[in-house]
Amino acid sequence: METDIETYTLTHLQALESEAIHIMREVAAEFERPVLLFSGGKDSICLLRLAEKAFHPGRFPFPLLNIDTGHNFPELIDFRDRRAAELKAKLIVRTVEDAIRDGIAQPVPGETSRNRLQIPTLLAALEEFRFDCAIGGARRDEEKARAKERIFSFRDAFGQWDPKNQRPELWNIYNGRLHPGENMRVFPLSNWTEMDVWQYIAHEQLDLPTIYFTHEREVVRRDNQWLPVSDLLPLKKNETPETLRVRVRTIGDISCTGCIESEANSVQDIIDEIAAARVTERGSRADDKRSEAAMEDRKKEGYF
Amino acid sequence: MVAEAQRVDKDRVELLRFTTAGSVDDGKSTLIGRLLHDSKSIFEDQMEALQRSTDLTGGGEVNLANLTDGLRAEREQGITIDVAYRYFATPRRKFIVADTPGHVQYTRNMVTGASTANLAIILIDARKGVIEQTRRHSYLSTLLGIPHLLVCVNKMDLVDYKEEVFTAIEQDFADFGTRLQTQDITFIPVSALKGDNIVERSAHTDWYQGPTLLNHLEEVYIANDRNLVEGRLPVQYVIRPQTPEHPDFRGFAGQIASGVFHVGDEVVALPSGLASRITSLHTYEGDLETAYAPMSVAMTLADEIDISRGDMIVQKGHLPHMDSQVDAMLCWMDEQALNPARKYLLKHNTHTVRCMVRKVQHRVDIETLQYDTEATTLSLNEIGRCTLKTTVPLIFDAYSRNRQTGSFILVDEVTHRTVAAGLIQEPEVEPPSPQAEEYAI
Repeated sequence: METDIETYTLTHLQALESEAIHIMREVAAEFERPVLLFSGGKDSICLLRLAEKAFHPGRFPFPLLNIDTGHNFPELIDFRDRRAAELKAKLIVRTVEDAIRDGIAQPVPGETSRNRLQIPTLLAALEEFRFDCAIGGARRDEEKARAKERIFSFRDAFGQWDPKNQRPELWNIYNGRLHPGENMRVFPLSNWTEMDVWQYIAHEQLDLPTIYFTHEREVVRRDNQWLPVSDLLPLKKNETPETLRVRVRTIGDISCTGCIESEANSVQDIIDEIAAARVTERGSRADDKRSEAAMEDRKKEGYF
Repeated sequence: MVAEAQRVDKDRVELLRFTTAGSVDDGKSTLIGRLLHDSKSIFEDQMEALQRSTDLTGGGEVNLANLTDGLRAEREQGITIDVAYRYFATPRRKFIVADTPGHVQYTRNMVTGASTANLAIILIDARKGVIEQTRRHSYLSTLLGIPHLLVCVNKMDLVDYKEEVFTAIEQDFADFGTRLQTQDITFIPVSALKGDNIVERSAHTDWYQGPTLLNHLEEVYIANDRNLVEGRLPVQYVIRPQTPEHPDFRGFAGQIASGVFHVGDEVVALPSGLASRITSLHTYEGDLETAYAPMSVAMTLADEIDISRGDMIVQKGHLPHMDSQVDAMLCWMDEQALNPARKYLLKHNTHTVRCMVRKVQHRVDIETLQYDTEATTLSLNEIGRCTLKTTVPLIFDAYSRNRQTGSFILVDEVTHRTVAAGLIQEPEVEPPSPQAEEYAI
């Protein structure tokens, strides 16, 4: 028997995958109208593969939703649309532009990031389609405030997260009970790290938007990071743009996503680069730099 | 080729989940901060953020505990409010750490963190030795069925790294530890603050020949932690594509709770009691010959029997219990105390039923570990043995045999809060081994 046991083990990726598939199936079984948040970013690309796996040979029983800030990298939008079409999945897009036009989201003068404006846009979309559960690709290793979030993360009727009033989560038994108007955010990748995501992408040979790999881009040095020059990022007086070989490590809006200098041309190159990295993934996001509790504050309001 | 071999190795990394228990002064957060720091899992921007935040806590020095205390209120008050999950990896293993606070909501959080752990780190302050709290942590760890205990005698620097101090604590712990069910207990003398025996072997403890903390976490043998004997598949979802390519596919999808299933195995569907044979173990990658816990699969059977979410497919010859009355240890987690007059929702694996708590048999005094048989209710953070009656029979094993099929949660029907965690006890009078026929209608 001893030798048998050795053959019945899972690698860490297999264990994480199995956990995530179990979570996907719980969502499908316990909620009336779930939706999967798909941005075209690397984490949601993994989510999509897990959804395919969880219901195979059937199709996953939920549509995809993207909250488009209008400040995205065009490569990301192309990828999002192409991937959804390949899977013949229903893709719903709601834009921050429209939310601003309709008065749902209100920009503050001087605010460059549209992170905050995504919140009311997302909440309005959930309400519009009466989605009771949104599956997201957030991971607990991303940020300290996320480290305490549940896999089934309860949101009140205002979409708010109350870190001090979370449901205890034990074993693999998830409490998905809701009152009308409340909803759940579910994070199947909670226990994954950035490295796990990349190893999974390598293992599954998942296709990615090209901006994750090295390319030439005009960038400008600001707040200790290289920001892409675009219509949305006018240069300040004393700034001079440079053209460098860069890639993105995490994708937010084009106005706040720092690029890193990199020659990484393949997923394996990226894995090697991350293994040697000295800065976290979120370290390249200007939106998280404002204060140590920036993410915590956004999450309380209903951020992803 | 060397690079190639390393790539393969990376894929072979195993997952180990552990939990830490200790009071606010035992240096638990410092210990985890030290593990992350010394295993090079802290990045420059985190270090910068830490340095920026030092003013908050008043000390001029970088406080490793700030790495784990994520919420603003926690950093300001210097306490940990809730279970926090941390991740780090070495070339051997990937670790998931459930970091639980030592004071507020103590039992609730520790039970939560312990529910999925392979190993618990118990911290003892070398100056204080085994105290009540140590017993409490150890009791909860074994109650929750954590297979491995690792006792870190911390702050060895404050007792001049004296061997006598360490061995006296080891002896003390062993004295009451013999009453604990965990077989595997390891002791390590450490200083989280100074880094002694955390990742690197300490120059101050040459009398200690055992592993460092990280060594032990990398080496401890966990393949045996799962129950691989009793095949259990709680059915989560029935996959019926009804497409031209798969007109008749009916896959019972779930995560195998325990045991090993092979194609061709005879199985019994419960509660119906109908027997059949496994025709395939389907996954996205293709069909498997063998599947085992904790894999997620979709099982197809030779016969068309009615099986839905909440049912369980089990191996013939290893049948679980089936009863609408169970005895369980309940860990109460809600501000509102247990009310025996009320009904609660009980979620067990994928099965949700209604239940009543018929009787509180006894309450465990967490301080003294004595039983109070007069108790009639349980309040927040209290633990007791209760008899529950469910509307529909549960299909279960005792928690001590099977953490997956022996556990449940109670949910308040009105507030929808998770109010208790339940650990099913072995029925006191062992019924004659149940046969499949007895379940048959």
